[in-house]
Amino acid sequence: MTDTRDMRREMPLGLAQRGYTGVIQHLSAKDSGSALSDIELESRLIELGFVEGARVEVLHEGLVGRDPIAVRVDNITIAVRRREAMAVIVA
Amino acid sequence: MELPLLHVALVGTPNSGKTSLFNALTGSRQKVANYPGVTVERKEGFFVTPLGRQISVVDLPGTYSLRGRSPDEEITRDFVLGKASGEILPDLVLCVADSTNLRLTIRLLLELKRTGRPMILVLNMFDIASRRGISVDVDRLAKELGMPVVTSIAVRKGGTADLLALTDQISAKLAAEPSENSWRALSVSELRATQREADRIIADCVSLPARPDTLTSRIDAVVLHPVGGLIVLAAILFVMFQAVFAWAQPLMELLQSGFDALGEFVHAALPAGLLQSFLQNGVISGVGSVIVFLPQIIIIFLFILLLEDFGYMARAAFLMDRIMGGAGLHGRAFIPLLSSFACAIPGIMATRVIDNKRDRLTTILIAPLMTCSARIPVYTLIISAFIPAKDVWGFINLQGLVMFGLYAAGITSALVVSFLIKFFMLRDYAPAPFMLELPDYKVPRLKSIAIGIYTRAKMFLQRAGTTIFSMMVLIWFLASFPQPPAGTTEPAIDFSLAAIIGKAIAPLLAPVGFNWQIAVALIPGMAAREVAVAALGTVYAIEGGKEAAEQIGQALATKWSLATALSMLAWYIFAPQCASTLAVIRRETGSWTWMAVTFSYMLVLAYAASLLTYNVAVALGAG
Repeated sequence: MTDTRDMRREMPLGLAQRGYTGVIQHLSAKDSGSALSDIELESRLIELGFVEGARVEVLHEGLVGRDPIAVRVDNITIAVRRREAMAVIVA
Repeated sequence: MELPLLHVALVGTPNSGKTSLFNALTGSRQKVANYPGVTVERKEGFFVTPLGRQISVVDLPGTYSLRGRSPDEEITRDFVLGKASGEILPDLVLCVADSTNLRLTIRLLLELKRTGRPMILVLNMFDIASRRGISVDVDRLAKELGMPVVTSIAVRKGGTADLLALTDQISAKLAAEPSENSWRALSVSELRATQREADRIIADCVSLPARPDTLTSRIDAVVLHPVGGLIVLAAILFVMFQAVFAWAQPLMELLQSGFDALGEFVHAALPAGLLQSFLQNGVISGVGSVIVFLPQIIIIFLFILLLEDFGYMARAAFLMDRIMGGAGLHGRAFIPLLSSFACAIPGIMATRVIDNKRDRLTTILIAPLMTCSARIPVYTLIISAFIPAKDVWGFINLQGLVMFGLYAAGITSALVVSFLIKFFMLRDYAPAPFMLELPDYKVPRLKSIAIGIYTRAKMFLQRAGTTIFSMMVLIWFLASFPQPPAGTTEPAIDFSLAAIIGKAIAPLLAPVGFNWQIAVALIPGMAAREVAVAALGTVYAIEGGKEAAEQIGQALATKWSLATALSMLAWYIFAPQCASTLAVIRRETGSWTWMAVTFSYMLVLAYAASLLTYNVAVALGAG
């Protein structure tokens, strides 16, 4: 799944700025600081389409603390808080 | 030959157009109730297929999986598995998909397939998908999924014809296919595997256009802009408020005069006595005082449903999430709380959009603190009688300033209470994460919205006809018995149970500056807050009821001290006495406990606020 043309550093989606585009590398729900258990958070992210290989783009940010963010995941748009988005590792 | 009733369940992800398909199939032949023991809405409708088969269809809550992470999703899972109490296993499951967005639905569908129920995949909104250049190989999809696939356009007349024909075809051979349930909760890796499988099927069967929905991105560029978005939201709210107050006003007045006329008619048609008083004061004016809110409820739901259908609601939640989060509230609590400014009843009903149970409960508990329109008559009466209409700092009207202060006090206390609830009562509970699909914008479906408003209005009226009616009768009884002795000149209410109770509790209310007349007025005020105005008129022996508000004001100005008036205003910021709101809280939380909790905490706040206001005012020489 790694993008060979563009060897970008992996980072959590929760730190991405508006306009960021990338591809999901893997999910890492451990120590994300979310109120949900690791398994629950990972399951919910998958159910909303955050799976390895999906293209993501950060479309919008909220006013306070630039949170939550609206993320394009392939062809749907999902709003998440940055805290939960920390579990999505992109590059 | 009479064919047996076929039971069909509608399942789909949120935003799949499931409800509009349900409305298209059944029209107004719908029954809305609650599932036993939970506050999840159970929507069942009926229709007849072209071959004359009777179908009962249940619109199950939207879900992304069968894991059942909320009461709504548990219902969907249990229903499909035939485990929901009092429900039978559906004969056929219609899985509804938004054709423009198949990914999440196909994954859900693969999971649903394991339940072994006969299924049909309905590709809804197929017209929008075609217009956007999305093409679906329906036959191949059906082969890959191993189930019939049919396209539909729920919003167009005849758009469900293929679905109806297929239902007939399938139902003819249903019994011949016994099935085995092999569903169990999926592990994370199985979940991932089903999503991969879904993505593979979609890659094989669906070709997506190069360009995404540009209209949605163009609208979002404005409405989700961190600053611009909030301005747009404020503008929408402004229009909504204007509508609720301005548009509803003539209708409310019409209803009010209708009920007044009906009361007058009864008054004239019947001989003076108990029956006349019961019908006029107990039944007609009691139930009427609640039904006059129907126009406001309809207008609020018109806005809520329009915005929801358009796809804006999720955006409003996105914009408000962090701002509300400061007080421990979920972004989705915004609209219900806003609606509560008109009336807490539709506000509390609207909390159903909050899927987390505890977030919803917090919102229900603080909704009555928002200054509802029923408090306005009380506020304006006291303000115009006691607060001079002079300008402060040259340009601000003092009366307006006091009114604004009362609203601000309500909002502030709601935020503080919400914070305290999270801090003390639900401390062990971490806030629900905000994870929400922002659907593409769609033209609202007017017929679907009309049906939605109709069912809400019907629910409200049914409630007015049952719970509220019985409370009104009780309040009338308290205010009418025992009867005054013949030939007395005192107002009849002075001899009633209400007066006995009022006088008994008057010593308790003395520290906040209330006399026994106020205590008595608070009892019929239980019916609806503004009824207290008329009740004050009655106890001060003024004829003419509400029409004579000015007269009541003049009487109060001579009989109350300023401190008492201010104390009364402070009381009404919190005033728990609204039987209808309490009845709705009972219904929506499914518990007497939360109703009692709301009543008690508001009573304590009202007493404390009045006590403080009265004593400060007396100390400052307003006694």
